[in-house]
Amino acid sequence: MYKKKVSSFQLIAHIVLILFTIAVILPFLLLFMSSITEESILLVNGYSFFPKKFSLEAYKFIFLSSTKIIRAYGVTIFVSVVGTTMYLTLASLMAYPLSLSKLPFRRQIMFFVFFTMLFNGGLVPTYISYTTIFQIKDTIQALIIPTFMLNAFGIIIIRTYFASNIPETLYEAAQIDGASHFRIFTTIVLPLGKPILVTMGTFTGITYWNDWTNGLYYLNKRTDFYSIQNLLNAMIRDLQFLTSGPMAAYAGEEMSRVPAVGVQMAIAFVAVLPILMLFPFLQKYYQKGIALGAVKG
Amino acid sequence: MKKWLPLYIMMLPGALYFIINNYIPMFGLIIAFKKMDFSKGIFGSEWVGFRNFEFLFSTSDAFVITRNTLLYNTAFIIINMVLGITLAIFIADVTQRHLKKVYQSAILLPFLMSMVILGYIVYGFLSMQNGIMNNSILPLFGKEPIFWYNEAKHWPYILIIANTWKTVGYGCLIYIAAINGIDPSLFEAARIDGANKIKQIIYITLPSLVPTIVTLLIMSVGRIFYSDFGLFYQVPRNAGLLYPTTNVVDTYVYRGLMELGNVGMASAAGFYQSIVGFILVLSANMIIRKVSKENALF
Repeated sequence: MYKKKVSSFQLIAHIVLILFTIAVILPFLLLFMSSITEESILLVNGYSFFPKKFSLEAYKFIFLSSTKIIRAYGVTIFVSVVGTTMYLTLASLMAYPLSLSKLPFRRQIMFFVFFTMLFNGGLVPTYISYTTIFQIKDTIQALIIPTFMLNAFGIIIIRTYFASNIPETLYEAAQIDGASHFRIFTTIVLPLGKPILVTMGTFTGITYWNDWTNGLYYLNKRTDFYSIQNLLNAMIRDLQFLTSGPMAAYAGEEMSRVPAVGVQMAIAFVAVLPILMLFPFLQKYYQKGIALGAVKG
Repeated sequence: MKKWLPLYIMMLPGALYFIINNYIPMFGLIIAFKKMDFSKGIFGSEWVGFRNFEFLFSTSDAFVITRNTLLYNTAFIIINMVLGITLAIFIADVTQRHLKKVYQSAILLPFLMSMVILGYIVYGFLSMQNGIMNNSILPLFGKEPIFWYNEAKHWPYILIIANTWKTVGYGCLIYIAAINGIDPSLFEAARIDGANKIKQIIYITLPSLVPTIVTLLIMSVGRIFYSDFGLFYQVPRNAGLLYPTTNVVDTYVYRGLMELGNVGMASAAGFYQSIVGFILVLSANMIIRKVSKENALF
């Protein structure tokens, strides 16, 4: 055994890394501290790490007085769950056949999938086709269908996993026993492919949770379909957004008493809270996924 | 063929999605050569030839958005690479397991935030009335408050810092994985030969990282004509005075289409981005194939 000593190199490494860690944590701390600062202090002193007076008014407002915020939270959860489920269903249904080396036209179909990674039409034609041909403007589907419900990247990664982790002899044996392709898919492919599906599901879930672009593009009149991110985005343009429209408790003169500055930060904090709480779980799968994406798909 | 039929049926929903979400918009790109009439749709609208492009390139906007997009992406690529590798080397060298985990978590956390949240965080620092910069930090140095959201000159720095904070972790984790893959006996042998840490980095770590660096570099150069819409829309809060330094192709297309109702100009800029982007992706891949075939996309 030799005695470990901390070299000057390691000392510098630790200092840099600690500074970086602080730089990551401080902004979240500012968000949180601002959300529990009393509104009058916020208006005079601004946001700060050490507020002079604490208050839970902003959170009280969010959970007790505003139906909009709770509703937006519900929309976010709904969209994340449905979107992720759709993604995994479509992606694995497409990845399984493509993982079979003997499938006729496999190369051509792969190219059809892969080409979407090289070339895309961009926002203008996408927007026009979704709104004129498919009429999804101001519907809840508008938050789920465009852009995120399936992508070539995911199919390629899932297909590669299936192909290299599930031996084709297993399928052949099942076919001799008379199992249909669909049965093979549900009883062999899905259970054995679970690790990659959980990883890709995590990616997709976060994507839906964080998305605000679909709502920005496609929700015009139906602001009741706003997700929590859309709500935050709308408040940038219009601080009074929360108090406009149908509101249960705050009416008339009470409107002016909404702790608007603190509420903004409180909603932002409530929106990141699930990600912070689930972080250890998310991190595990994200690191796996990033490593997978780094190697060729 | 009959035996394969169920498999093709399984692929049908996904294929249909790609047609709706990707292939129809690709053909829809012809809208750049038409005068969009929403009642007639993309294919029914009237042809106008190159008129939309003539309008686009006769404004100074075309130059500004191209310049901004390319310069920001260049800065992001260089900083994320240098800082990402540095942090990765540092983290890989940490021997205390718990600390290593803490650092790795810190580096990934911002990557999982939405751009809206990043916009709020930056606002918490820079808001003119309430921001911590103007209220607490600048007075500390006896400086006057700065109207951050009115002065375009600060934004190249702000956007670069914000982007680094949010995205450096992604590349860093890839580099850590690559460093962990280096044969430890190489370092062992170097130590016995008396090579210090810096020498080990120069002669072992960095050369081993070259394939990863080249791949990531070429891939990001391939995407240099696309920018993160969220970063350039949310973080400057869509403030009009900041457009000279915050407008990129993606925000320009969005504003043309949604806010100004100038579909012609937006579609011309979008077409320009799609075509140049496509050429860059193809060239990047061709170069990767020459450098390291196994890392090529196709």
